[in-house]
Amino acid sequence: MSKLNLEQGINALKEQIDGPTAAFFSSCVHCGLCAEACLFYTETNDPKYTPINKVEPLRRVWESEYTLFGKLKKALGLSKPVTDEMLSEWETLIYDGCTLCGRCSMVCPVGNDITGMIRKVREGLVASDHAPEGLVGASTRAVKIGSPMGVRLKALSAQIKHIEKDTGLTIPIDVEGADYMALLSSMEIINFPEYIESLAKIFKQANVTWTISSEAFEATNSGIQIGSSDIARELVQRVVDAAEKLKVKTVISPECGHAYTAIRWEGPNLIGRPYPFKVIHILELLDELQQSGRLKTAGKLAKKLTFHDPCQIVRKGGVEAQPRRLLNSVSSNFVEMSEHGNMNWCCGGGGGVSANERADELRLKVFNRKKIQLEEVNVEVMVTACANCRLVLEEGLEENNMDMPVIGLTELISEHLLEDRE
Amino acid sequence: MEFFSNANDFLMWTKGSAFTIAVSIFIVGVLVRLLEILLLGRKTDYSEPRGTEWKGGLKNIISRSVVDKGTFKRAPFVIVVGYIWHIAFLVVLLFFVPHIELIKAILGLQWPGLATPLVDAFAVVAIVSMLAMLWHRMTHPVMKFLTTYEDYLVWLVTFLPLITGYIAFHRMIAPYPLALGLHILSVEILLIVFPFSKLMHAFTLFIARWYTGAMMGRKGIES
Repeated sequence: MSKLNLEQGINALKEQIDGPTAAFFSSCVHCGLCAEACLFYTETNDPKYTPINKVEPLRRVWESEYTLFGKLKKALGLSKPVTDEMLSEWETLIYDGCTLCGRCSMVCPVGNDITGMIRKVREGLVASDHAPEGLVGASTRAVKIGSPMGVRLKALSAQIKHIEKDTGLTIPIDVEGADYMALLSSMEIINFPEYIESLAKIFKQANVTWTISSEAFEATNSGIQIGSSDIARELVQRVVDAAEKLKVKTVISPECGHAYTAIRWEGPNLIGRPYPFKVIHILELLDELQQSGRLKTAGKLAKKLTFHDPCQIVRKGGVEAQPRRLLNSVSSNFVEMSEHGNMNWCCGGGGGVSANERADELRLKVFNRKKIQLEEVNVEVMVTACANCRLVLEEGLEENNMDMPVIGLTELISEHLLEDRE
Repeated sequence: MEFFSNANDFLMWTKGSAFTIAVSIFIVGVLVRLLEILLLGRKTDYSEPRGTEWKGGLKNIISRSVVDKGTFKRAPFVIVVGYIWHIAFLVVLLFFVPHIELIKAILGLQWPGLATPLVDAFAVVAIVSMLAMLWHRMTHPVMKFLTTYEDYLVWLVTFLPLITGYIAFHRMIAPYPLALGLHILSVEILLIVFPFSKLMHAFTLFIARWYTGAMMGRKGIES
């Protein structure tokens, strides 16, 4: 590792420091409560996973560069510098041992947004060449091919053709002036094309004009996951360009957690201006359509089910009531896990962890938290609203010999559309 | 430091020039630290807000004082002892009659104090809770892992005013001016260490809670 890389990393960390960061570091009293909020600590009992420890590189840069006392300590040679060895060690804490789920930021008694700071540390790790191979590969494919999984337009077109043949519905591509432009995650295109089919069915019933852009259909933003604002900006810009070109009023973020964070909350700040269109999460849209009477469902699923809140949509996105209203409209036996909504436990695979093969073993270990939650409610079906959560949950359930289907909420709604039952 | 010919001289010094120096360092230090934070500011947020920042920020300043059920179950000790410590300490600091008289002399503000035996009991509670927290810090794996020399230093400079105050009040050291002088000196040490340590959380936690709450309020997240 070269000296230049370390310097770039430290500079990237410097750039991340703002008023909130300074307030957070000034307020931490080392109480240790954030450890209890983190599944990587609760399931391993290893104190190194304590969330506030994960931001130590950022804290050192803040102290030595942005405080008078720290500068004095640095001048006297008393401060601990950020070294390359340190960043190598922290790489596994930050990428394998954190899903950016945001739970620690809810628990910290002094109110520190620790997850927000971990996201900042990732910028420094990327700049100093310390990102894991799996994520580097995904973000390179995202930039070059347009999808982290290497899904090209051809693959999407093939899936669309299939769906159109099966359902007799049309999936509109590049329709200028449509009200909505739907984004998809690679995982939905490859693993869960039923999501696309569900959209077509629901939008037909609700009479929604929509389209998919052939130039920017990918919602996944690997730049956000790896922690590179430059990559994230480029990927957001593609969506913005497509939405502006097609003159749509609203862009729909799909059932994917971090895609929502990327396009809804970080996107405008990455490109440095507000969008000329709105961004809505598919669950928000479905709820709106249902509340206004445009989306009608019939019948309720009697099987006992629970909802796994994707962290980025609920705790970090603010979409909490909508999935519950939607679920109750199609289920007569919906039960909550003991800690849900804002305080839900992560599946263990968010924040790029599931794309980082090195972390597989740890990810399956911390799935134990979800397993305990599921055993408490003893349900037959699990519903969620994120393709990544869904894959991670399926793998975790299989690993633990728990036989339970995991369904996407949009799909569940489309299965209960009124006309379908007639 | 000058040479003290007797305990009275020492007491007079702690009440005089030492006090002025300590309070000056405290005030200037705290102001510098607060400015260091606030002047950094935040970048403009261009995302379309779902809720308002000020509502979320103000709410979080209050609501963060209450912990969620799950965390309470997992870490009852830190939370219960943390609460007991802060309450007992504030009662002793703000409701002991001689303290109120000092505040009145400096700031002109005053309020009724509590009966002395009651304040004495709170002092014992504060001392015991601090010892309990020290034990916890030295034995709990996460606390042990996180703890730095600063944490112990801060513990010590916080503990000294309590224990010297207790000793002075109960006349456990003679002569009394020496006991009182030691108490005042320990408070001065606390005031000097304050701006350069995590003791700053007493001020900055409101800023931290506000920033996080504002971010959540903007996104429409219940914090």
